[in-house]
Amino acid sequence: MKYEAVVIGTSAGGLYVLTAILEALPATFPLPIIIVQHRSKDERTLLEEVLSQKCKIHIKQVDEKEIIKGGTVYFAPPDYHLLIEQDRTFSLSCDERVNYSRPSIDVLFETAAYTYKDKLLAIILTGANQDGANGIRTIRKMHGTTIAQDPANALYPAMPKAAIATGCVQNILSLEHIKNFVLGLYTV
Amino acid sequence: MITSAELQELLTSIRNNYGYDFTEYAEASAARRVQHYMRTNRVNSIQELSKSLLTDENAFAQFVLEFTVNVTEMFRDPTFYKSLRENVLKHLATYPVIKIWIAGCSTGEEVYSTAILLKEEGLLDRSVIYATDINQRALQTAKDGIYRMDLMKAYTSNYQKAGGKNSFSDYYTAKYDSAMVDKSLKQNVVFSIHNLAVDSSFNEFQLILCRNVLIYFNQKLQNRVINLFYDSLSPFGFLALGSKESLLFSDKQKEFTDIDKREKIYRKKIKPATKT
Ligand SMILES: C[S@@+](CC[C@H](N)C(=O)[O-])C[C@H]1O[C@@H](n2cnc3c(N)ncnc32)[C@H](O)[C@@H]1O
Repeated sequence: MKYEAVVIGTSAGGLYVLTAILEALPATFPLPIIIVQHRSKDERTLLEEVLSQKCKIHIKQVDEKEIIKGGTVYFAPPDYHLLIEQDRTFSLSCDERVNYSRPSIDVLFETAAYTYKDKLLAIILTGANQDGANGIRTIRKMHGTTIAQDPANALYPAMPKAAIATGCVQNILSLEHIKNFVLGLYTV
Repeated sequence: MITSAELQELLTSIRNNYGYDFTEYAEASAARRVQHYMRTNRVNSIQELSKSLLTDENAFAQFVLEFTVNVTEMFRDPTFYKSLRENVLKHLATYPVIKIWIAGCSTGEEVYSTAILLKEEGLLDRSVIYATDINQRALQTAKDGIYRMDLMKAYTSNYQKAGGKNSFSDYYTAKYDSAMVDKSLKQNVVFSIHNLAVDSSFNEFQLILCRNVLIYFNQKLQNRVINLFYDSLSPFGFLALGSKESLLFSDKQKEFTDIDKREKIYRKKIKPATKT
């Protein structure tokens, strides 16, 4: 298998696009999908509950020190940065906000880049800020694969735009194509 | 990004030189903190960093301050404090003297939040709170009890969500941009340096709070610290962890019962094991 993990970053407008992608995935999808969706800290586990009802693939909020497994969608908890350790476990931090965000997409992407190197697929979706752009740069430096949602049909184009502006995005795709790209990993 | 080997080499030489043991910290965040220090202090390479820290004590003192993450707030996770009030304080009320340890208290917001709860339940006068941290500067701020005035609005809202009984402004005096914590909240608090990675138990407590500290440790160190807490709790004493922390990886997991699963409040089942 070409990839070992998928990381996704999104902010405003994320629920809709995440639903579209995750709904399409079978429960036996082989890779872990690790997601930072900017979210309010009062919401606790609402996002996971909503998506669990719609999706076949297992969806959960990360537990600290949990071992990362395939066939699971992991969400960063509200108000904590999510980091990936070399031994393929998660750790959390309540470090300063990055890009005004906690969890921050950059923090996830950068630590994922150093762990999974060229076996990482990273996707930036709709969002109204610049979080994730630095992370995309690091992922390319470590030879991972990068995708951004086409700003022309993203609900909030700022985030994919900022990622594309780094020159490190290899594929600019519509939501439909992103979905098919991820689904395609199933048969590889 | 520094490699795992470089990080371990640096942390090991720090331990051998200064006795500060960061070698069992979770690596990804430790690496980020080291890089953060390098960036803010304009250190260009790990070699330069290692040389500076091992030869210059002042640089090392500064490193300790910046390596630890001190982010905190008053009534952080209001539902936690609500549960503490409803499920724990009534048990503490049965003790003539209530001893509480707040480990990793950072700049003190958690300490004063707890003191407010105790005060509103009429327990503060017979409580002693031991508040500890490894970060000297954070502890000094905790002792001073002076916080930014512009944060009080958010803290008031947290306090109300936590089931506060009075007006939050009763607990501080506003002075220009600062809010000074009321003296009555400080009376029964003892602040001191304590390093969870190397120091041992120093008393027996009915309640230990250690929130958002274990997330920075690897499993082995987490386990050591949980054992330290176990040995420091009186029979049926309470342990409260951060909302994303748990006893999952501890060999003492079975020695505790859940008081509030969601808020991570546990109670020790039996008498302290005799130390070996
Ligand atoms: C993120 S703060 C948590 C503050 C507070 N407990 C809360 O939950 O808001 C973590 C604190 O743990 C302290 N800490 C880190 N390593 C420690 C150690 N080995 N022993 C004691 N305290 C430590 C840091 O200095 C910092 O103040």
